[in-house]
Amino acid sequence: MPSPTRGFLGRRRERDPRLPPGQYDVGTDWPVLTAEPTPRIPPERWSITVDGEVESPTTWTWDEAHRLPPSEYRGDIHCVTTWSKFDTRFGGVSLDTLLEAARPTAAARFVLATSSTGYTTNLPLADVTGGRAWLAWEFDGRPLTPEHGGPVRLLVPHLYFWKSAKWVSRLTLLTEDRPGFWEQNGYHDRGDPWRQQRYQGD
Amino acid sequence: MTEPGRAPAGGWRTATVAGVRRPVPRSVQLRLDVHDRIDHLPGQHYVVRLTAPDGYTAQRSYSVASAPGDPLVELFVERLPDGEVSTHLADVVEPGDELEVRGPIGGWFVWDTVSPALLVAGGSGVVPFVAMLRAARALGRTDLLRVAVSARTREELPYADELEAAGALVVLTREANGIRPAGRLTAMDLVPLVEPGQTAYVCGSGLFAEAAAQLLLELGVDPSDVRVERFGPSGGPA
Repeated sequence: MPSPTRGFLGRRRERDPRLPPGQYDVGTDWPVLTAEPTPRIPPERWSITVDGEVESPTTWTWDEAHRLPPSEYRGDIHCVTTWSKFDTRFGGVSLDTLLEAARPTAAARFVLATSSTGYTTNLPLADVTGGRAWLAWEFDGRPLTPEHGGPVRLLVPHLYFWKSAKWVSRLTLLTEDRPGFWEQNGYHDRGDPWRQQRYQGD
Repeated sequence: MTEPGRAPAGGWRTATVAGVRRPVPRSVQLRLDVHDRIDHLPGQHYVVRLTAPDGYTAQRSYSVASAPGDPLVELFVERLPDGEVSTHLADVVEPGDELEVRGPIGGWFVWDTVSPALLVAGGSGVVPFVAMLRAARALGRTDLLRVAVSARTREELPYADELEAAGALVVLTREANGIRPAGRLTAMDLVPLVEPGQTAYVCGSGLFAEAAAQLLLELGVDPSDVRVERFGPSGGPA
């Protein structure tokens, strides 16, 4: 344990058990933090492609994706910059549904998510299967705004939120891990908030 | 978007507070002697971690204002009314105190010191650009940088004298600045500053950064040449 900082008592004496270590409750805010200008992507020009190590590379348009069985996430999200937001509600489609259609090969182990801006982030395949990852186009029952990644963002809420790529357009399955944008810039390849995997080497 | 990794250089380090100044209301400028420091790149940040006697910790990221050649690391911290870390840094910290820090961090929002750059900041978003200007001055390459900054009033603009001396365009939203009436940054303001081959860096609150980035796109700047750092109650990626 680090030695105490002179004069610092800290604010929260009773920590909410939903709060991972080093995080604070941001309340009703939802900070917008991205490294690039926000693109304006009309839904009719958006599509999602699943390719790489799959048997059937597949692309869904906005309408096609909306005809897939809907799925919802209700729960918390955690940003590496130390805010967490409780009781969020996202609507979209489970990544399991897309992966069942594209059928990952036996060699597929990782996913590289790519946004229409060129932003990328890498994830273990195991982290986006089993009902733990979504394509989200609704927040609190309303269309996801461009600032928050609309029309469609990736949602992997059990990992730090930079993994939940905004404006996602492609999921490429890989046999080996390939660091994405923030990961090349010093951030962790997995990003589990409960283990405080913020930076490479954590 | 394919740069070499810039992981934080090592783990937590101890920094001794060498200087505390409050040149701007509701903020504090800290000069830190970071033990076993690794030089930063202009634009990078540090994380500061505070620890309570019972082991509870709180940490936040702050941009570095000093040039890499400065023997001390200078952080500029805006005091957020509800800020658990910023209120401590602004109200409690004194010279001689020790703070835990980690850094430097960030490989994206950095200036390479050799390429032309357009720097557009709102409020305390000027801090990483002060580091870039100081680095440029040390290298004799201030010709590479064009700077536009926006603040509510001149009194609230961090490093106002230094920015003006560097030729920055200063836009004030709540008071006139010389012959310029109070008003927001416009595309017309940026026209004389935009040049081919520049990388544009935008830093400020979420709303400012969003608006400024859109102005650049309106002027025909390619989105891939725009790097944005937004902050609010927190800073960094999300």
